[in-house]
Amino acid sequence: MMGSENADETQINASKEDMENLSLGVDGDDPLKKSDVNGDSSNSAYRSAMSTLSNVRDPLSSPPTLLTPTDSDPLLAPSSLGDFRSVGSKPNSSDNSYIEPPSYADVIFSPFDENSDSEINGAEDSSLLSPSSDLLSRSPSSLSSDYIKITVSKPQKEQEPSNSIVPGGNTYITYLITTRTNLPDFGGPSEFSVRRRFRDVVTLADRLAESYRGFCIPPRPDKSVVESQVMQKQEFVEQRRVALEKYLRRLSAHPVIRNSDELKVFLQVEGKLPLPTSTDVASRMLDGAVKLPQQLFGEGGASAVPVHEVVQPARGGRDLLRIFKELRQSVSNDWGGYKPPVVEEDKEFLEKKEKIHDLEQQIINASQQAELLVKAQQDMGETMGELGLAFIKLTKFENDEAVFNSQRTRATEMKNLATAAVKASRLFRESNSQTCKHLDTLHDYLGMMMAIQGAFADRSSALLTVQTLLSELSSLQARAEKLEAASAKVFGGDKSRIRKIEALKETIKVTEDAKNVAIREYERIKENNRSEVERLDSERRADFMNMMKGFVVNQVGYAEKISNVWAKVAEESSQYDREKQSS
Amino acid sequence: MQSPRSPSSQPFLSVSVTDPVKLGNGVQSYISYRVITKTNFQDYQGPEKIVIRRYSDFVWLRDRLFEKYKGVFIPPLPEKSAVEKFRFSAEFIEMRRAALDIFVNRIALHPELQLSEDLRTFLQADEETMERFRFQETGIFKKKPADLMQMFRDVQTKVSDAVLGKEKPVEETTPEYEKLKHYIFELENHLTEAQKHAYRLVKRHRELGQSLLDFGKAVKLLGACEGEPTGKAFSDLGTKSELLSIKLQKEAQQVLMNFEEPLKDYVRYVQSIKATIAERGTAFRQHCELAETTKLKEINLDKLMLTRSEKVGEAEIEYREIKAESEEATRRFERIVKRMDEEIVRFQEQKTEEMGVAFHQFAKGQARLANGIADAWRALLPKLEAASSV
Repeated sequence: MMGSENADETQINASKEDMENLSLGVDGDDPLKKSDVNGDSSNSAYRSAMSTLSNVRDPLSSPPTLLTPTDSDPLLAPSSLGDFRSVGSKPNSSDNSYIEPPSYADVIFSPFDENSDSEINGAEDSSLLSPSSDLLSRSPSSLSSDYIKITVSKPQKEQEPSNSIVPGGNTYITYLITTRTNLPDFGGPSEFSVRRRFRDVVTLADRLAESYRGFCIPPRPDKSVVESQVMQKQEFVEQRRVALEKYLRRLSAHPVIRNSDELKVFLQVEGKLPLPTSTDVASRMLDGAVKLPQQLFGEGGASAVPVHEVVQPARGGRDLLRIFKELRQSVSNDWGGYKPPVVEEDKEFLEKKEKIHDLEQQIINASQQAELLVKAQQDMGETMGELGLAFIKLTKFENDEAVFNSQRTRATEMKNLATAAVKASRLFRESNSQTCKHLDTLHDYLGMMMAIQGAFADRSSALLTVQTLLSELSSLQARAEKLEAASAKVFGGDKSRIRKIEALKETIKVTEDAKNVAIREYERIKENNRSEVERLDSERRADFMNMMKGFVVNQVGYAEKISNVWAKVAEESSQYDREKQSS
Repeated sequence: MQSPRSPSSQPFLSVSVTDPVKLGNGVQSYISYRVITKTNFQDYQGPEKIVIRRYSDFVWLRDRLFEKYKGVFIPPLPEKSAVEKFRFSAEFIEMRRAALDIFVNRIALHPELQLSEDLRTFLQADEETMERFRFQETGIFKKKPADLMQMFRDVQTKVSDAVLGKEKPVEETTPEYEKLKHYIFELENHLTEAQKHAYRLVKRHRELGQSLLDFGKAVKLLGACEGEPTGKAFSDLGTKSELLSIKLQKEAQQVLMNFEEPLKDYVRYVQSIKATIAERGTAFRQHCELAETTKLKEINLDKLMLTRSEKVGEAEIEYREIKAESEEATRRFERIVKRMDEEIVRFQEQKTEEMGVAFHQFAKGQARLANGIADAWRALLPKLEAASSV
């Protein structure tokens, strides 16, 4: 059985083609054609309905995969599980993707079902959902008329201008970033597009990390060097396109970051991205989070010392920042190695950190189990389809070879079963693609957990700066005292010492200012942390509620559908109803 | 079923195989069954008789019937136990019991087989007598499985030879019979595939059940980390998921017993028919060969009579003997043909009935499962609504 699994898979893919072409012409009147398994007319109605329904380009929502076996169906291939994470839109309020359930109930349910029962079911479902559809969109922006919608599309190959050193030049992929918005910041209702490459996204992410310390910034897509070698180019590009879209949408959903200069510039300015890249920044820097150096060692950063520029100019004088730089160099090890421990005394913060950690663990666990659940449902659908196919072949065989009427009767009954099995199989798979999208929320929040860690790290770094400055200050002051004491012993004053003391006092003053700035910065970051975590907590809860509702509604809808399919068969074969089967 | 022997009320013979009990120790342990016979047949101890039988007794019965009633499609037996570990699991025992019950009842309902002496022995003899019979016969029939395999191979090569157009004189070549043989062989392939998928479907049910259970647990743990109302919502979701896991495991068992097992039985039946086809082939060959030999003897006899040889007497005796044998062989063969003609009609009707029931139960089970799933999830919705409006 083991070895035959692979063979069976290819056989399945082949047999799905068979199923398309299979015509069970029995006496010219083929019930199979009348029903909706291969019926072209209902199919096209269904397809066009689905395409108008989702203006969200979502590969997983193109459903009749059984009928178009050549399409790459993420759920068919074994690698689909990796795909399912990055495919599918985040159920973000600005997408209104949660309005889908009632609409698809109307659309999907009607072409499939001849019964009026399904109409009632469909109607029930939508009435069930419409009062809560407001609740399904959680952020206030979707209730007002503000919107910003970003789409990533049309990846194309471009060539780096070749320089004399490297003959031929590198090729890279650019993506078309289209923004549709009515936010005043972007100049009223407008639509605009720019082309960007992945390196630009890294730059954007880095600049945002610097400017918005303490904020929970959605993490950008991985560089994934390994995957880019291993995967097919096309697949990889598509996966990246989807990930980029998700990332930009999340950024635009963040109430503070959506208004950032960095994002605006990224979305609007055509041509070269006018943000300083990680390589050509001046040597001004803050002590950064541990994460930032890793980001910098992505595509651009060849420099050994992570340096980054601050976007906000009003940060204090050059002297101040030089001190910061020196501090940084003396204090931190950029390769994520030893850092002197931050003395965090805020109990509340520590508790919160602990809680976040637990939450993260449980989200990971739940996300894994969700993946397995999706796989199990997918397998069920697949096997049901194979069973249906096997019976269709049997039916054809019996009809071809029939000598007795009992055979023809049996063939008909078998065909009913087979048709139902195929229908059920398709319903399973559709249901599953929806389940995927809903449960994807869990995986999305893993990303957000990372963002929270980042925010906490910003805080720790800021605290470290304060503590380091404090200790620096006290050691400077101690030195000054010593000098003063020594100088006092020299009668009439020690000129060289006095000069030293004055220079020292100057340094102390600057350091004092730096300390105050650092403390203000720390407090600011603390506040950012707090408000962000609070915001995220409530967003997460709302998103999880939506996820649960979406998941459950989907399960209900499809279970009803599947039940109807089988109930019909049971009804049609009711003459075989026995209390207890005996031969 | 009018039996000429019972002039009074409607004759009936009904059997049930019940109460599997494990007997014996260790390697020698086995399952015994209670076989209860209710009948008004004349030769039977009525109205009710209970005996204890084990699997090998059923095998004995089958082998005897196969020998004596050539041409009849003898009902198939469930397989001898496969894996040691599985042999005494509750599910396996129950499935076997049900299959044995069906086996005996099919025999009891068959117009010819129900009159068999061996059946009577099986249903009525005390345990010691039964054991004696069983030991007696196993010696003679021990080579049977190998024989059968050889017969299968012979029949298969003959069928393929016929298809290839090779001329093999000692083989029936009537188009109807060819069609039947082809049908039976093809049918086995199709049925085996269907049964394989049915078995996989059972596994899928179990796997889905397991993943729902794990998912439910994970979701509950996640809920414990979240504050209200999300936490409670997750907890409810998790509980539902665990509940549905149980439904799925139950349905898995139902699909196994009421859908996959009938398909397996169907396959076994077809294999039994193949054995009958092999028997028919043997009988046909014998009939042909003996007819051939008889003709030769006749020619020889005529020749001897013409030459007035002293060997005429001997030859005449030989000729008469061979002729009798040949006629007997022809009779045997024709009886097989007649039986098979009737049997095939019966078989098709029986299978339509049995598969109809199996399909119906499967559809009903799936509908019920899906309904249960819908109801369970639907019950959760108002709670989720309430929670999210907080």
